[in-house]
Amino acid sequence: MKTAEESVLGDTAIIVSDGCCVQLGNTPALDDVTFEINKGKKVAVVGPNGGGKSTLFNAIAGLVPIVAGSLQINGMSPKDAKGTISYVPQRDLINRNFPLSVKQVVEMGLINKSSLNLFSRKKINSKIKEALENVGLTEKINENINNLSGGQFQRVLIARGLAQDADILLLDEAFSAVDVGAQEDIMSLISDINLDGKTILVATHDINNLEEKFDEVLCLNRHCCAYGDPSEVLTKDVIQEMYGSHFEMFKTHTPESHMKNND
Amino acid sequence: MIEIIIEPFKYDFMVRSLVTAIASGIMLSILGPFAINRNMGFMADAMAHATLPIIAVGVFLGFSISELGVPASILIALFLGYIIKNSNVGEDTAIGIIFSSFFALGFILISVLNVTINLEDLLFGQILAVSQFDVLIVIAMCFAVVSLVIIFFKQLLFYSYDPIGAEVKGLNTNFLNYLFLIILSVAIVASLQTVGIILVLSMLLIPAAASKQITDTFVPSIYVSIIFGVFSSVSGLFLSYFFNLPSGPTMSLVATSIFVICFFVSKLKKVRIQ
Repeated sequence: MKTAEESVLGDTAIIVSDGCCVQLGNTPALDDVTFEINKGKKVAVVGPNGGGKSTLFNAIAGLVPIVAGSLQINGMSPKDAKGTISYVPQRDLINRNFPLSVKQVVEMGLINKSSLNLFSRKKINSKIKEALENVGLTEKINENINNLSGGQFQRVLIARGLAQDADILLLDEAFSAVDVGAQEDIMSLISDINLDGKTILVATHDINNLEEKFDEVLCLNRHCCAYGDPSEVLTKDVIQEMYGSHFEMFKTHTPESHMKNND
Repeated sequence: MIEIIIEPFKYDFMVRSLVTAIASGIMLSILGPFAINRNMGFMADAMAHATLPIIAVGVFLGFSISELGVPASILIALFLGYIIKNSNVGEDTAIGIIFSSFFALGFILISVLNVTINLEDLLFGQILAVSQFDVLIVIAMCFAVVSLVIIFFKQLLFYSYDPIGAEVKGLNTNFLNYLFLIILSVAIVASLQTVGIILVLSMLLIPAAASKQITDTFVPSIYVSIIFGVFSSVSGLFLSYFFNLPSGPTMSLVATSIFVICFFVSKLKKVRIQ
């Protein structure tokens, strides 16, 4: 295993975690987590509830302190890397009371720290339009965000990240509370964005067919159980390490068994 | 008709009251849409009630309520913000503790220090008693509140809507949190003479809630909230003059009437669409 410093020197590593530990209150939420994600990878982050998926995203985004080890984003600490990451949080963390338009939400990706925005209005509008075109929601530009379906809402938040031109996109539970069709749409959108060289991390509970959807999988249960090509690392042992006594459920849960049940 | 409208303004105190009513209406109703969408009604109420001990000590030391306005509001905002962020009892409980204990402390201080304050005026407002100096202070506070909201509008909106997203984007969310608490506190303290500690909440929340009934998106809801807020305070002032009613409660009831109308208009619209 390379050290964090060596990895950063390489030109492709964008997220380097070297023994990263995060504590929430008195509970260790991440314990000695080591992995290295290269630029432009599409990574699924899987693990049980409380396994540290959201905590890892919070650590990458600089929202929680790292108590031991190191985590580097593009060679910078997560705090310094703010602005290069776009975070699509779980839906219930967003205040959906606000009756905002799709345009206003996407424009948030262009809001700077200073009160004066350096972009001209024309440039802002063109960036918003471009981002919405990429997610296929141009016609919804003036729609109230609360009138959108769950899948459309996720796409608007992804468009916000595209407008921001973030290097890394973090999607926490992107597929929860959306139907299968919307999940397919979001996955196809993620793949399109990935082709543009963005690094994308998606926290998900769905461990089926990960090798078809993602380049790599990061298996978390407070510590890193495995990281690498899904077809290689998602072994029985790794799944058992993550889900413990619920392992049997995943062992039998295959697309084929689904079809059998439906018959 | 025009003579009837301008008749009250033969008196200087009515001119001063009108200017104060307009300034309070603008200040509170520009912040109202943020407050209702962030569920900050209880927090705003606590801010108003927490002024009582500061007013008691300030008046005892020889200051007027207007002179105490800015320092009192900054103190309250910083204190409430710090306690809520660092307490482990939950936001509602922390606000509840501060709300009731400060209000109780205020009454105790008024009694112990033997401060001469008309409690009814303080609780329900006495706009007709504002001095020239009070008017200038309220105008200055209104100007400061509106300017800060305009300058930081997009950042405040981003932070209010998605605080995590705003922080990850690199916005200084700690600053934005305290900035909003301070401007909300300034608007509340500046409006105490207009509507009083108890009714200030009605002028903050009701015009914004009425506006939300009949508008679809956030920015128009702010404009409509300001129109309703100013209309409520000005017409409340007129009604109180002509019918010899207490001004604060009259303003509050005018705002409530507007809300009721908007509520039914919104329901009717929905029924028609269905």
